[in-house]
Amino acid sequence: MNKEEITFQYLLHLGDNSLILGQRIAEWCGHGPILEQDIALTNISLDLFGESRNIYQYAAQLKGDNHTEDSLAFLRDVLEFKNVLLVEQPNIDWAYTICRQFFFDTFHFYLQHELLKSKDERIVEIANKAIKESAYHLKWSSEWMIRLGDGTEISHQKIQNAVNDLWEFTGELFIPSEIETLAYQSGIGADLNNIKQLWHEKVKAILDEATIQIPTNDFFQKGGKNGIHSEHLGFVLAEMQYLQRVHPGAEW
Amino acid sequence: MEINLEDIFQNKIDNEVKIEPRDWMPEKYRKTLIRQISQHAHSEIVGMLPEGNWITRAPNLRRKVALLAKVQDEAGHGLYLYSAAETLGMTRDEMYNELHTGKAKYSSIFNYPTLSWADMGAIGWLVDGAAIMNQVPLCRTSYGPYARAMVRVCKEESFHQRQGYEIMMSLCNGTPEQKTMAQDALNRWWWPSIMMFGPNDDNSPNSAQSMKWKIKRFSNDELRQKFIDVTIPQAELLGLTVPDKDLKWNEARGHYDFGIINWDEFNNVVAGNGPCNKQRLKARVDAWNNGEWVRDAANAYAQKRKNRVKSGQQAA
Repeated sequence: MNKEEITFQYLLHLGDNSLILGQRIAEWCGHGPILEQDIALTNISLDLFGESRNIYQYAAQLKGDNHTEDSLAFLRDVLEFKNVLLVEQPNIDWAYTICRQFFFDTFHFYLQHELLKSKDERIVEIANKAIKESAYHLKWSSEWMIRLGDGTEISHQKIQNAVNDLWEFTGELFIPSEIETLAYQSGIGADLNNIKQLWHEKVKAILDEATIQIPTNDFFQKGGKNGIHSEHLGFVLAEMQYLQRVHPGAEW
Repeated sequence: MEINLEDIFQNKIDNEVKIEPRDWMPEKYRKTLIRQISQHAHSEIVGMLPEGNWITRAPNLRRKVALLAKVQDEAGHGLYLYSAAETLGMTRDEMYNELHTGKAKYSSIFNYPTLSWADMGAIGWLVDGAAIMNQVPLCRTSYGPYARAMVRVCKEESFHQRQGYEIMMSLCNGTPEQKTMAQDALNRWWWPSIMMFGPNDDNSPNSAQSMKWKIKRFSNDELRQKFIDVTIPQAELLGLTVPDKDLKWNEARGHYDFGIINWDEFNNVVAGNGPCNKQRLKARVDAWNNGEWVRDAANAYAQKRKNRVKSGQQAA
């Protein structure tokens, strides 16, 4: 695999995570528990879409052949998506949404720091912009973890359940795919080992403050990075891609 | 000398001096404003739903981001307006309660379904266009906090309107299927948009008093005519046909004549029988009920923090 192809595939890993999580949290718009928080969550969704667009635009440019940000987002099928399983999990309720966000934001924040060291200038540029946003996302979701964990008995139980259920999707964040290994070796991609330790420290600190137990199970689901997803992603894409599929080639 | 508060109040209004929250005002002025502003705020919040319906299905990333940002703007407008209404002595939770129990109304236009992507164009173009006609005069309305909120709202609304028209433009320059989609959306949204200006002037019970208090500055029919006059050339530019066979330019009046509005339909939707009244209200009530434990948690945590700070201060 040449360097361009490695970079392209690596960009899909990055862009797909942000796109799919952005799509998931956009489902909340208009239905949030507090108007101000509806707005905050929409902001995060907008940031993630913005980041995925920057990434896909670069990926499309590398790939040539009339690829665009939209062909990458709307015309690939499930097996070609490289996002982690965590981000495609359904919203369920505010506790699951916050927990999924917190696990991802912590990863995303340290990932951007690592990507600042990339030899690829464009990736550095994209990370440099996203890092300010992901710092805010992490602050927001950390505060909500603490609020729910240390709020009422009901909220404590709900967020503990979400942590227990979503924990099995966190291991995949740090298990490199072949592409991630190649990207790291060629100086383009992040060192997931570095991030893993920082992630665990941050997550432990926040869960401790939130009085939430850290799950002890260490069996982790994986597959998303290689296109083997949960059953949820097919529906996410069916909804997202429907107009492009029904009207091939139309301009919008 | 006896000072008549009502005269002072009317005098201020006649001299275009804004009424502020601490100023004396007739009880009926206060009530009218609470009703109008909270209704307006509810319209913004309920108005998030029909467009929110298409966020996850927007046809490309640019459109998706623009639509999401637009719906978010509506949430922001709701916030400014609830805050403006709160200055008149009703809390946001009380206003929500009136919405959820059906006591407060919101704009009936949001009780129509969004069935195709073209509806995102038609809503921006027509519904936001009609809203702007109604709202620009409100930037000069007599109650200060409402007028100032409206200045911010109007800036964003005119952006939304252009965005909606641009969606229509893309569809009309697109495939035959897209153009059909655009015409269908115009067919469905035209009359409800015309009805957004409310009943005819001779049938609008609250208008005269609102005009005297300068809450309102133009009549329903004046604004409706203005909207139609502005919008017809825009439809022509798109190559679409407005679904009104009686529509024609009247040289003598200098305005378009238009057909008779189906007020039965309007009254039915206001009465709760529109295609989506039940779903819209249910979505708001569900969001509120499902969010209760979240709000409780946030309050409980805030209280715990306060107590910790207090006991920390006592210990020190």
